Amino acid sequence: MTPLLDDAQHFVRDPDWTWYILGYFFFAGLSGGSYILASFLRLFGKSVDEPAARLGYYIAFPALLPCPVLLTLDLGKPLRFYHMLFTFKWWSPMSVGAWALVVFGAMVTASFVEVLVRDGKLRMGLLRGAVRLLDGFLGKPWAFVGALFGLFIAGYTGVLLSVSNQPVWSDTWALGGLFLASGLSGSAALMGWLVRFRHDAEPTASVIGVSERMFQVLELVLIAVFAITLIQAGAFGRAFGYPWIMLWLVAWLGIVGGLSFRSARPSPGPDGTLATSRVHTATLTMMLVLIGILALRAAVIFSAQ
Amino acid sequence: MLEITPGKAYGFFTDTSVCIGCKACEVACKQWNLLDGNSPVFGDGYDNTGSLDAQNWRHVQFIDNVPDSATTIGNGKAWLMMSDVCKHCTHASCLEVCPTGAIIRTEFDSVFIQPDVCNGCRDCIAACPYGVIEMDEHTKVAQKCTLCYDRLQGGLEPACAKACPTQSIQFGPLTELREKAKQRVDALHSQGVPEARLYGADESVYGGLNAFFLLMDEPEKYNLPNAANAVLPRRNNFGGYLTAAVTAALAVIGGLVALRRRREPARAPVKEEHRDDAAS
Repeated sequence: MTPLLDDAQHFVRDPDWTWYILGYFFFAGLSGGSYILASFLRLFGKSVDEPAARLGYYIAFPALLPCPVLLTLDLGKPLRFYHMLFTFKWWSPMSVGAWALVVFGAMVTASFVEVLVRDGKLRMGLLRGAVRLLDGFLGKPWAFVGALFGLFIAGYTGVLLSVSNQPVWSDTWALGGLFLASGLSGSAALMGWLVRFRHDAEPTASVIGVSERMFQVLELVLIAVFAITLIQAGAFGRAFGYPWIMLWLVAWLGIVGGLSFRSARPSPGPDGTLATSRVHTATLTMMLVLIGILALRAAVIFSAQ
Repeated sequence: MLEITPGKAYGFFTDTSVCIGCKACEVACKQWNLLDGNSPVFGDGYDNTGSLDAQNWRHVQFIDNVPDSATTIGNGKAWLMMSDVCKHCTHASCLEVCPTGAIIRTEFDSVFIQPDVCNGCRDCIAACPYGVIEMDEHTKVAQKCTLCYDRLQGGLEPACAKACPTQSIQFGPLTELREKAKQRVDALHSQGVPEARLYGADESVYGGLNAFFLLMDEPEKYNLPNAANAVLPRRNNFGGYLTAAVTAALAVIGGLVALRRRREPARAPVKEEHRDDAAS
């Protein structure tokens, strides 16, 4: 990036990327993040982590479903959505993202079917044979490639905004990392909370909880980096001024809430029971984290336009 | 009459020093391109067009430049007027980001949006540093000046240049226009107008603009980014992806640390019951 002595000059028009895009960025972060966590557990975890990994794949699929719908509805000509696949430009994040979404969508769907078969919820001989392929030499490469696409889907949305000439968005290089970190923290919060519905995933609850906090620290650091880059470009006031500061407060509350309370499965007492209030706190914390992620994206998207 | 040959670069030289703000260019453009136009905008100036958009492919800017202190006769400079238009940049930001390939460079070296390919994603709008492109609310695709692509194919010069009564807008082969512009700016300097300058005639702004200008003040006054700020969207690709990659690496390290810090081995399934916090 060329260093500018004065404030960056912007005479660009707003693209009117609003609610559909906000929704897409949110769900893409959750889907990508959940798939990354699930694949990570398969690549580096033990066999006791397999139930939690399956949980991640279960989340990734429904979280991805709204993505193509939202993206298509946002187009001026929705029926021409496939025009995105006429060409491939590695230097255009929207072009790469369209292709990546196709590949990631296929992988998320395949992984979703795979865990349904493994959990005995889908019983078809042909599918069982296909799943057996993943038990062998294909398993790890599949998880690795899927995680790479998950990383891309969760993070490229921030790069897409930066690769423009819009104020705020193009004045920083931190958005790709920020969206990835927040997508991961939201996915960890959701996975951690859902562990309570899958008891065999309990051994991984503490791993998810610790990961969630690390992702949130990373998110805080990247918000600081984002703010510093905007100060350099003279765009800080635009992104963090009123009314956007309210959204940043919500985002901050989500991160602090996640760091202070556990959204991952709360520890049971010595008698093996859980206090209802603790379950409620965990639910509230998870909601707070997710709302914070939505608020962060809303602040970035709307303040620039 | 000018002979227009495919394969040769054409463009506009807009000399703002002779623009009188008559808006004949706006009218001719709308008439030829069948643009409905918008309702007039009434601000605190004399510009009732507002900005370049889907309905205004030419926009005569009226920039209030009335000095605070009194000036001598003949040296007043109350208004800067400029007929703004798509710059048809050599390195065009819109063309760079367009994910459908709808934006192309034509045989006349102009930048053209193919309306039947555009799907209305609006990435080009976020990219264009001049705020030229807008979504047409009727056709739902991105719209901007075509440099009268259809007229050029028929051997006719663009409608705005044809209509301009003061030759402020000149159309022709780019090499000839650049030569004319250099002579004009030299003439103005020799006549004691040192503030006259060319914008986009050389490669300092987006590799050169096919629609370039002679300005009477700094580019920023005309809502044009100066050379230091004329940057392409792709400049942020490297930094953006690198930050994401570093974040991914740190996240993996964080995940590995979390795995190592696993608190305890598998427990027996837990029952959920209602009980007091105090009891726990």
